[in-house]
Amino acid sequence: MKHLVLTAKLDIIESLRSRWFLIYCFVFGGIVALLFAFGLTESRVLGFIGLSRLLVTYIQLAMAILPIFVLITTVRSVAGDREAGVFEYLLSLPVSLSAWFWGKIVGRYITIFLPVFAAMLGAVLWALYREIEVPWQMFLYYTGLLAAIGWCFLGIGMLISTIARSTDVAQGAAFIVWLTMLLFLDLILLGLLIQGRMAPDLAITLALANPLQVFRTAALSLFDPQLIVLGPAAYVILDLFGPVGFKIYALVYPVFLGTLCAGLGYFVFKRSDLP
Amino acid sequence: MSEPLIRFQNLSKRFKRNRVLDAVTLDLEPGERIALIGSNGAGKTTLIRCLLGEYTFDGGVIVDGLGARRERTHVLSTIGFVPQLPPPLKMPVRQLVHFAAAICGSSAERMLDVARRLGLDVQSIAARPFNRLSGGMKQKLLIAIALGRDTRVLVLDEPAANLDPEARQIFFQLLAERLENTTMIISSHRLDEVAPLVNRVIEMDMGKIVLDDRVADESSLAALFAVCLVFSRADEAIAKTLTGWNFVAEEAAETTAWTGEVAAPDRLRFFGMLSRYVGLLSRIEMHETGD
Repeated sequence: MKHLVLTAKLDIIESLRSRWFLIYCFVFGGIVALLFAFGLTESRVLGFIGLSRLLVTYIQLAMAILPIFVLITTVRSVAGDREAGVFEYLLSLPVSLSAWFWGKIVGRYITIFLPVFAAMLGAVLWALYREIEVPWQMFLYYTGLLAAIGWCFLGIGMLISTIARSTDVAQGAAFIVWLTMLLFLDLILLGLLIQGRMAPDLAITLALANPLQVFRTAALSLFDPQLIVLGPAAYVILDLFGPVGFKIYALVYPVFLGTLCAGLGYFVFKRSDLP
Repeated sequence: MSEPLIRFQNLSKRFKRNRVLDAVTLDLEPGERIALIGSNGAGKTTLIRCLLGEYTFDGGVIVDGLGARRERTHVLSTIGFVPQLPPPLKMPVRQLVHFAAAICGSSAERMLDVARRLGLDVQSIAARPFNRLSGGMKQKLLIAIALGRDTRVLVLDEPAANLDPEARQIFFQLLAERLENTTMIISSHRLDEVAPLVNRVIEMDMGKIVLDDRVADESSLAALFAVCLVFSRADEAIAKTLTGWNFVAEEAAETTAWTGEVAAPDRLRFFGMLSRYVGLLSRIEMHETGD
């Protein structure tokens, strides 16, 4: 446990000094600042006003940016460290492979989740200061969603990093994974359904297996509990899970998927060449 | 005969179709100082990485009765390693040393003491990122981390390549202090760089051991030799080179005579340097002055 904590701390220190972390903080902090600056809290869309309007927009933007950011920075730094000889040296010290791998994940998770959360928390603190009403339930659920999706893509990123032997391959693979999930949000599924090449049940199963889609649907469900915007698919989802059940599924499934990928990554890491 | 400290047993390693180690069998005894030499691609680094439990392999690598890969944490707690290329770590020096000390169960102060002995101004670089240090500074720090803990095996990959003569001399002294109970594996492309440090030479080529020989040397690693050189005339290039070796010009001899000290393991390297000026060399005296 001591070695795991030391490795996590080491990864945090390395990340805090990296350029990607600065850009990452700048992007998420910048989004919140811009949303405030452009008076989003004063605008009204679909009945949403105040901080809830800002949070809805923030979560939509986070869905677009967070997964690819987490994937690319994770595979770049892990595969890059391996190529540059960091693994050769640090793994010559008597640290167990489990402490190293999971310590790295814990450290990285803290560095990817904290800026995203801090930006949202900053918005809440600013709202309290300006006496704007804070939708606490929404804030807490969105925090949970961001935590779950961050963990999910970190796990996927670690799996890609352990399988791919070079930064270029890892980066390319991460991009393809993200692009596939993005295309399977609506575009391909809708197209296949319209062409009648796929059964609706299969299309919905694929959508529910896609963490990006789960994240998006759960974010929608907070301001559209009946998921009217999804059309007939909403009936299947709500019949299957119920409104509360789906919210729980949207938190549990990405965490499960992330843990599964990280576990597979560890399995591969333990049985392969380290540097 | 005692059990070897390290045993490579029919060790083979492949990268896809490329066989990098080919059934290497080798026993290393406690206290041996081995020069592991060979050209690029000979298999030296792969052999070292197998010993450090970083590669999967066919065959066996046993260190003090333990499997290098299966029980790597226990094995690595007895091995100090200095890589040829320093890792590009961004963390400050202080944090790197504290991390290494905590992982190795040693004290940061002990490692920093070794760094100070090697001539590193620890105070001034403590907050600097490791990757911003000069090549020599990085090398000294990595040596300090490897020597600032209790180990039974030292694996050094071109360890003195970036060190100035003074730091090299101290480095040899530090190694000499561990001769009794430490097995050293010193990897290099060139035998002349490491020959004076070792008592056994192993040469690798195409993943096989092609030479396994002993080296006789009466001088200890920490021995020093007083040297006096007389040149037929003063020369700027000679002056510059010898100043780098901490030699001083004798005042009475109109700058043609130089005196200084050379560490025993540095003799071959010193003669290599001197051979460039042999046309101007008129006298040379050298005698051992002790440790």
